[in-house]
Parts: sequence; structure tokens; C-alpha cells
Amino acid sequence: MTQITVRVDGVSYTDDVEPRTLLVHHLREQLGKVGTVVGCDTSNCGACTVHLDGQSVKSCTVLAVQADGSEVTTIEGVAEGGVLHPVQKAFHEMHGLQCGFCTPGMIMASIDLLKENPSPSELEIREGIEGNLCRCTGYQNIVRAVQQAAGEMGSHGTHTAPETTGAQA
Amino acid sequence: MTLVDEPQTEPAKEIGQARRRKEDARLITGKTTWTDNMVLPGMLHMAVLRSPVAHATISHLDVSAAQARPGVVAVYTGADLADEQGSIPCAWPVTPDMVNPGHPSIAVDRVNHVGEAVALVVARSRTAAVDALEAIDIDYESLPVVLDMEQAVQEGADLVHAHTSSNTSYHFVFDAGEAGTGTDTDQAFADAEVTVSRRFVQQRLIPAFMEPRSVVVQPVGDNYTMWSATQVPHILRVMLASVTGVPEHKLRVIAPDVGGGFGGKLQVNPEEILSLLVARRLGKPVKWTETRSESLMTAHHGRDQVQFIDVAADREGNVKALRVRLLADMGAYLRLITPGVPALGAFMFPGIYKFPAYRFECDGVFTNKVPTDAYRGAGRPEATFAIERIMDELAVELGMDPLELRRKNWINADEFPFTTVAGLSYDSGDYGMATDQALELLGYDELRAEQQRRREGGDPVQLGIGFSTFTEMCGLAPSRVLGSLAFGAGGWEQASIRMLPTGKVEVVTGSTPHGQGHETAWSQIVADSLGVPFDDVEVLHGDTAISPRGLDTYGSRSLVVGGTAVVKAAEKVVAKARKVAAHLLEASEDDLEFRGGSFSVKGTPGASIPIQQIAGAVFAAHDYPEGIEPSIDAEATFDPENFSFPHGTHICAMEVDTETGHVTIRKYACIDDIGTIVNPLIVEGQIHGGLAQGISQALYEEAIYDADGNLTTGTFVDYLVPSAMDLPHFDTGNTVHPATSNPLGAKGVGEAGCIASTPAVVNAALDAVRHLGVTDIRMPLTPERVWRAIHLGGDGGDRAAEGSNAYGGARTTESGVESATGTQGGAQ
Repeated sequence: MTQITVRVDGVSYTDDVEPRTLLVHHLREQLGKVGTVVGCDTSNCGACTVHLDGQSVKSCTVLAVQADGSEVTTIEGVAEGGVLHPVQKAFHEMHGLQCGFCTPGMIMASIDLLKENPSPSELEIREGIEGNLCRCTGYQNIVRAVQQAAGEMGSHGTHTAPETTGAQA
Repeated sequence: MTLVDEPQTEPAKEIGQARRRKEDARLITGKTTWTDNMVLPGMLHMAVLRSPVAHATISHLDVSAAQARPGVVAVYTGADLADEQGSIPCAWPVTPDMVNPGHPSIAVDRVNHVGEAVALVVARSRTAAVDALEAIDIDYESLPVVLDMEQAVQEGADLVHAHTSSNTSYHFVFDAGEAGTGTDTDQAFADAEVTVSRRFVQQRLIPAFMEPRSVVVQPVGDNYTMWSATQVPHILRVMLASVTGVPEHKLRVIAPDVGGGFGGKLQVNPEEILSLLVARRLGKPVKWTETRSESLMTAHHGRDQVQFIDVAADREGNVKALRVRLLADMGAYLRLITPGVPALGAFMFPGIYKFPAYRFECDGVFTNKVPTDAYRGAGRPEATFAIERIMDELAVELGMDPLELRRKNWINADEFPFTTVAGLSYDSGDYGMATDQALELLGYDELRAEQQRRREGGDPVQLGIGFSTFTEMCGLAPSRVLGSLAFGAGGWEQASIRMLPTGKVEVVTGSTPHGQGHETAWSQIVADSLGVPFDDVEVLHGDTAISPRGLDTYGSRSLVVGGTAVVKAAEKVVAKARKVAAHLLEASEDDLEFRGGSFSVKGTPGASIPIQQIAGAVFAAHDYPEGIEPSIDAEATFDPENFSFPHGTHICAMEVDTETGHVTIRKYACIDDIGTIVNPLIVEGQIHGGLAQGISQALYEEAIYDADGNLTTGTFVDYLVPSAMDLPHFDTGNTVHPATSNPLGAKGVGEAGCIASTPAVVNAALDAVRHLGVTDIRMPLTPERVWRAIHLGGDGGDRAAEGSNAYGGARTTESGVESATGTQGGAQ
């Protein structure tokens, strides 16, 4: 066992982990961060995407010990003070999800995409989320959601979304 | 008679509004309840050792070393559980003499497909359980592997099941002449001026829902609660009881948040049975969650048919007869509705066309592969593909425009209701209107002109346009019809409405969503029916203790059948409330008007009471009419009298690079008629998702077994679920011809895009390269296959399939059917 300290969604956790433990299993099983999910075992689906020190990573491709001393943001930590992140809000408004299983990873990947490219074209969005699989939506509304979020973040800066979680259009 | 004109503003209708979904709040924030999230005190973890061979006897099995591993609580083999595991149920014996070899949840002495369970380890942690699997000592003695359907049905073929006399499970026939719904098919072919015959291959697909299957079983005394990532908690509960002997009333099944299904979670899974057996033995909560590799290898697959299709017509293009013969791969066992999937398709091969004669035959064939079962469309995509492909082939033979041929033969708008040659009564629609709008949406004339330019200019990138003018049977299903087809259950659905003291409303539905948005759509229906605010409605589902009766979600049935049950329950609530309102308003029931959620006395302004207030009044029960119970809650069960028949026209414009074989969808346009639309946002999303899966069958997906029966597409590296880069933008629209079989007028939308799109895509690719001599390309249209079909002839499939048995081989001796190894010969 190896002791690691990881700050996840603003809270610091110190735990003993097996060296082989993947970050996603550490998040889900030791820290109870079950908002992040596991969809495959080959790093193809991206459902487990989180931000590690501000970069999006597939948390099934990172060992927990590699995250020692790092800051992790999961889907549970992107809404601040009950206010949805513009990307979360856009996924809701543009119907960018159905079953919602890929959604945590898709939102985390999209946030990172918009950080790198604040006004992506449709093709750039499709390329940017290529590593995240969705079986429900056919991606069209996800693309729309990212476009809408880009527009909102571009005109207002980040985190000025007025709508709170659960608000209906 | 009113003396004073009251304001007559109609309250805003919820039905038809693009409401954002209620479900999203938890899904976009990670506050979800996936089964694998569940942790219970003392919970143990089950891992499954799976067969690496397709067909073998188990000659040696020693689990003692695994038993001794740290953290291991128990290890079980098939022999340990043989007496209590029963057989995975098959609910659809499609013929009286169908052979069902039995389906153990865990192999006892013989394995019949790669991935079959052979031993279970139960341990304190998931990792301890998985680690201990490696300590199990097991030997196999190989048996001949049966993979190719066309070989499997030959005399003297090796058998999948030694105790059966052949690999054929059943021979199902629908003959319209015998059924009295058509004329003699053989005679029609004998008399025909033109016949066209084709052999189409519906490749094996994997549903590939995003959430892997997961089960948690908690024993409490002699009661058991099972959480499962299932589409069908109600069906599962009944079946668990019948398989394991745990009495039904001692079982509670909960489907919490479920991450997609597409038919793939319409199943009673071996691992669900095994988790329950293990929890019963140990008296402890047990969890099993599959890996993606386990999922692709062992969750049921879909499609997998070889289709022999003959069509007869006169020279003017009037269709005269249709003849269908299928080989349908069952896999190694019959699961819940394995044999019924092709049989369901039997009624859809005639599509929207007025065939006077029709005959359908299907052999269900056992092979050493994972069983097939429902996958989005279940039998109807296969049928739609065959008819829409052969109509194009017939058009080529006749030298007609494919759309002109379709127009000549489809049911006209003024002919509804129309009884088809398959005996179905299509209730409504307008195929011409949908087609005209789809052509407009595509920009058809311009693309045809471009196609002409590219053809004349010898452009290496050719353009093609493909059609699919389809219908499907949805709203499964009228119970009596299911009974006549020997299906093991009815097709009704139930709903109840609970009016809470504060006026809030709980709607309980027996339909079990896993991404479809029931919570939102049902709220809209109830908001209109009861005149209450959308946000005052909560929809409960997916728990047999909360929703005691239901038949769950599949077959585009939820809104059509389940939504109607909600409407009927709401009508009963209003009827009950009316009596209380009359009492409280001191008026006659006949003088009451219910509008915008309130009862008012006609002609007496101000005398009104909201239904939400009546809910409080009957809770207090201080003042209510004599002779009735103090409740306005109600439930309803709706059993449809007919199927519903969504239809649509899908048009694909496809670029084919003749030098590389690469295909690119240039534009995709479709107009679907799904009847009344409750929520256009959800409808559009369902169409998009269906299109993605149907297009993906045409272009990308295929479950491939090698010659030894190993699934070579066992991860998402090899099984190509498309990404955002692999799919085009979709242009979608609707016409609305309400269904006549339910008060909502809804027809169902879950499967439309998936059923319709596949043949449109393949027809488009063929239209691009037909002038180069190509008459078929086998799905999926990989660049290699397309290139080979263009440059080497044939359907391009053989080389790509070499060394594998992905299609059950590619041989046929049928007269009039081209050998897949030779060049396609065109029509007879």
C-alpha cells in the first residue's frame, strides 16, 4: 500500500492505495465520488473523464498514485455554489444527454475543449470530443450544447450562469 | 346557459412543448444512482470465470487454490449450483415444436460459447474476487465448433447441443395465402413477368449500452431486493421467481438510474440469477458489475440473419409477390425472446407496399456464439433493410426510378386504414407527404444534378442518393395478438396517480425508462390532464415495490401504451374529484366544468375549486359525499387494440471515393411521422440516436467471431461504436398523422431512426457506384469492402471476412441467388 494525498473537488483526502489502483476506482470506491463512472476497460469511451491539475484525463488511464499531490475536479465539483457550469447548463438546455451515463465525461471533456479553444467550429467540437462515446444522442445535440456554452462563456466569461440545478426552461 | 361571458382563455398546453428534461438535474451533476454505485454493509463482490473456448466439455475443474486466496468467501462451480439454477427462461416459443435446449446460468459440464460462466468467486473486494479467478484450475476437451449457419443446417452437421437432433430450433412460417390475407405466393411467382432474388446479410451487432450491466442483491430474512441495470424490472421479478423458486412476493426488483439499453437490457441475465443464488446461499449482499469486455462477449447480441429475398412484379413495376426465407442465428441458447425477434420481423417485410402475395419462412439456428435477442428494432430493422434494398434492386431491373417504383406501390393516404398482406391494419399516415418533405429537406434536385456532373466528369469521388420509405409496428402490444403468437406475456401497461394532500401529484408508471425521458413526458401529460403545474408532478418508476404492475420499456411502447395508461388514470382522478367538487360547491355534477385544473359551476362566476385543493379535502376527509371513499387517487391499465405504425422517408446522400473505398455521408434528411408529439425535444433526440445506430450498422459495426469461435471484437478498440467524428449532421422533421389506436395519437419514436436509416445508407452507396457494376456491398461498408466491390466484383465481403465466420460463411446453393464468391449477376 502507498499513501497518497489528492485534493478532489476542493477536499483533501489522504488514503492508502494499492499501487495498481486506477484513479477512477480510487475516486469511486474509496472516496465515494460515484458521479464519475466506468464505461469500458480500454480507455475508449471517456465516461471516466476528470480534470487532473486542470487537464482532462481519462481516470481509468491514470494510476491513483500518479495523482498524489494533485488536484482533481470531477463532475461533482464543476457547479459552484449550486450554480451550474455553463457547459452543464447547455447540455440540459440543448438536450445533450439521454441516459446520462457518458455525460459526466462528456461534460468534463467539453469544458477542457472550450478552455483550449473558446470558439470551436462544429468540426473542432466533433474532433474535441472524439474520445468520448455516447450511444444515445448521435452527438448532434452535444455539439449544439458545446456551441451554446461557448457562446455563453465567450459573452459572459465563465460561471455567470444564472440558472441553478434542476431549473426548467 | 351562461349569463355572463367568462374568460375563455385555454390554459397553455404542455403536450407539444419542448420541455427541458427533469431527469437532467441529477445526470449533469453526477448525483446519480447507477447500480454499481450501490454499497451495502457487508457487501461481497462476485467475479465470473468465463470459458475461453467456444465448444468443449469441462474435463477438470479444481477451485481449491482460489478458495484459499485472501479475502475469498466462497467459490462455486456449475456442479455446486446445478440443482438450483434452473434454466434462463425463453418467453416466446414461436412454434409448438420449437427446440429449446435449456440455458444454464453457469455451465455444468459443457460450454457452448466463449464467455459462458464456468465458476464464480465471491470475495470481500472486487479485486480479491478477480485475482482469485486466476487460481482456478480448469481443463477443456474441445468439441467441433459450429459457427456457420448455412453449414449448421446441413444434414450431418456437427451439433451445438448433443441432445438435439439438429441445429434448427424451429421453422416458423407465415403464409398470407394460408392466413387468408393474400393470394398464393408460388403461383404469383410462376405468373410474374419479372422476378429479382437477392441474398442479404444482416451482420451480428452488439447493443453496447454505455452503462455496463450491474446487479446488487440484498437478502433480508427470506426476502430479496435486487438492484439491476435492467430495462425490465417487472419482467425480471416474475422470471427470477420462476427460475429460482424464490416466491414472487419475496422479491423486489429495482432498476435505479439505468444507462441505456437498446434492447440489450431486455433480458434475464445469467449473472442476475447467479447473484441471487449466491446471496441466498451466503445470506449477504452480493454485487456483480461487468467489465466492458465481459459485456461485449456475454450480453446478448442482435441481428445476425442471412436473408433470401425474392420479389415478383410486372413490367410496369406493379409488385406481385414477396417471398422471404431467413436463417436467423440464435447463438448457443434461447434467451428471453431470442426466437421471437425474427418472427416479429415476419410481419414487416412487406413494408408500406401493396403486395398481393407474401410468404415468410425462418429457421432459427443454433451456433456456438453468444445468444442473440432484442436490439433496437428487433426484427423490424432486418425486415426494413431487406424490403428497402430489394425495392432498389427491382427498380434497377425495371429501369425505373427507385422513388417512382415506391410511389407506384405504396399505400396511398386515402387508403387508410389498410390491411396489409401480413394481416396488419395500418391506421394512418401519408407516405407521399413525408417523401415530398424529405426531398425538399435534402435538396434533392441539386444533389441529383451534382451526381450527374460527377458521373459525367469521371470524378473519383462519386455521389449517390439512397431512399428508405419505411414503416414499423410499434406500441407493443395488443395482449390478444401476443397470445396468438404464443408470446409468454401480455402487452398492456399500468399507471396510477396519487393526489397528495398538498396538491402535488405522484404518477406511478409500469414503464421503466433508461434515458427516454419518461419523467418529463409523463409530467407533461398529467399537467394537461389534471391542469396542474408541470413542476407539481413527480414520476415514479422502476421499483416493483412502488410500481407493482408493469411491463417495462421496449418496442417503442412507453408513450403509446404506458402514456395512455397515464391519461386513463388521470381521467379517473378527474371523475372521482368531480363528485367531491359537486359536493363542496353544492352543485350538480352535470353543471360542473373542469378546466385549467379547477371545477367551476357553469354560469356561476367565482364558484370553483381547484383539483389540487380537492386532494387536500379528501385527505382531511371532514366533508365529502356519502357513499364514496375519501380518495381521488386512481389507477388504470391500458391494453391497446392495435399496434401503432410510425412511418417516414429517409434519404441519404453519400460520397464514395472509388480510389480508396472510403464513404462519407454528405447529407442525411428524414421526415418521420410518429403521430402526436408530446415533447419535440425528446423526439428529435430519439431520432438522432436511432439514426446513429442504424447508420452505424451500415458503416461501422460488426461482431466478428474467428474460426475458433472467439469474439475478436471484444473491446471498444475493435467494436466500432461511432464517435462524433464518425457521424454526420442530421436534418430531421415530422409530419403528424395521429395514431387512431390510442387517445394520445402517439405512434412511438424509439426505434424509428434505427430501423429506417440502414437501407438508406447502403442504397446511397450503391447508387454512387452502380454504374461501375456494383450491385451489393456487404455491411458494414468498410473502405476495404467498398474498394473490393468496385475493383474486384462481388459484395466485397469475402476477403474482409477471411479467417473469420462473421457471416456464417458466404456460401449458398440456392438457385437464382448469386454466390457471394462470384460477381453479382443481377436479376433473373
